Amino acid sequence: MSINGKAYIVGAYEHPTRNAPDKSLAELHAEVAVGALTDAGLSREDVDGYFCSGDAPGMGPTSMVEYLNLRVRHADSTDIGGASYLSLVSHAAQAIAAGKCSVALVTLAGRPRSEGVATGLQAKLRSPWQPDAQFEFPYSMSNVNGYAMCAMRHMHQYGTTSEQLAWIKVAASHHASHNPDAMLRKVLTVEDVLESPVVADPLHRLDCCVITDGGGAVIVARPEIARQLNRPRVKIRGSGETVKHLAGGYFDLTTSGAQVSGAQAFEEAGVKPSDIQYASIYDSFTITVLMQLEDLGFCKKGEGGRFVQDGNLISGVGKLPFNTDGGGLCNNHPGNRGGMTKIIEAVRQLRGEAHPAVQVPNCQLALAQGIGGQLAARHGSATLILERE
Amino acid sequence: MDHAAQREYPAPMPNTETQGFWDAVKEGRFLLRYCNDCERAHWYPRAICPFCHSKKTLWKEASGKGTIYTYSVMRRAKVPFATAYVTLDEGPTLLTNLVDCDLDGLSIGMRVEVTFVPSQDETLSVPVFRPLAPTQ
Repeated sequence: MSINGKAYIVGAYEHPTRNAPDKSLAELHAEVAVGALTDAGLSREDVDGYFCSGDAPGMGPTSMVEYLNLRVRHADSTDIGGASYLSLVSHAAQAIAAGKCSVALVTLAGRPRSEGVATGLQAKLRSPWQPDAQFEFPYSMSNVNGYAMCAMRHMHQYGTTSEQLAWIKVAASHHASHNPDAMLRKVLTVEDVLESPVVADPLHRLDCCVITDGGGAVIVARPEIARQLNRPRVKIRGSGETVKHLAGGYFDLTTSGAQVSGAQAFEEAGVKPSDIQYASIYDSFTITVLMQLEDLGFCKKGEGGRFVQDGNLISGVGKLPFNTDGGGLCNNHPGNRGGMTKIIEAVRQLRGEAHPAVQVPNCQLALAQGIGGQLAARHGSATLILERE
Repeated sequence: MDHAAQREYPAPMPNTETQGFWDAVKEGRFLLRYCNDCERAHWYPRAICPFCHSKKTLWKEASGKGTIYTYSVMRRAKVPFATAYVTLDEGPTLLTNLVDCDLDGLSIGMRVEVTFVPSQDETLSVPVFRPLAPTQ
């Protein structure tokens, strides 16, 4: 069964906050839920499916369905880290295609900025029953030095340079300069990135994403419902997901799960990378973007550095406009999980509702891609291909 | 200059499946888990072989020698340190730290060997790797 054309994204909302010490986690989930329902022109009573991930408080759907006072006949709480929301939209479309629900609400929220979590620098202590933890925790692999090891290997294997990685941040900063809600609105140069302090070789401070509170939500609905609403229709054309891992100790750190999830999504949608007019690419770090672009087939493996340099990702300048909201690198990375905002900006582009300075003219086909977990170990990858109808 | 030796290593958390590995490390021995059916070593150690799902796995003493696959020096830490993936001569690649080295003298492809450092609480030892030849 294909989900191509079986469901539409009818509502999308990104919380404007980047710092929310005065709001609870459930409250943030509820605010983005209300925002997305309002955007769609729907209300609480219309929702019969709820989808969330590990960021939700308590027992995930159980807790949030009660808080929101929903009556659902389908719930899902898949957790593949920051990529979860792309996967959940696909699961919602699958549930809709199977007749299990008609209007699905997907929410994300988090408040790591208020909680002072040094997300990138600290290794996370896990349970002794997590099989990998005891063999990794003593070595303090955190987000940043893990992703840095991927970058180091990519540079060694393919000659990728820090200047090329910096171009990814530069492109994001150009886009963020038009976004009044963005955390970092200053236009950056390659030199700015290279002159920022090295956090973990070869990644600089400005190769990293922002840490923000906030969240976002989307509504996925049956085609019949989408047609009754007064919003531009965003059709789900294809999706893919996978988990990439260390495979018993035999692996390559220069590729991501996007190779597998991307190929599935392109096949289901019946399109190819050169058809994509706008791409939301998960940007926890600059290297994350570069590897996914290669793995999705926007360029050959190893040529990502040349592909991203000289502004090729800047809307109106280059061939592949990416993360026109400023992305996780400059705008927002709510709850340390950037997948939801990837979907939301793709929806804005397809609706023609992105900032005029970054709007892709007549944007018909977009891709949203996420990586969740540790690129240098085990991570989930999920891809969505969306079309303006 | 040996920054790495001053670093504190959190104690690993053995469980019933892996106690043998950590007991050996405490005695200064580095073990790999081998499968007697498909005759391959894997990492991290499992009771069930990740390649053929056989239960006929056992501990074998490893050479403790390998090559740096990739690494990164964490500069934003009280004591800067190097994380690395090292490909063992037996085949599997594992996550570790590099010690007894000049942090600015490391490179991919460098030959390294296992050594052991006490955990922070001194209850266990942690296997780490150091260059076979001096880095300065």
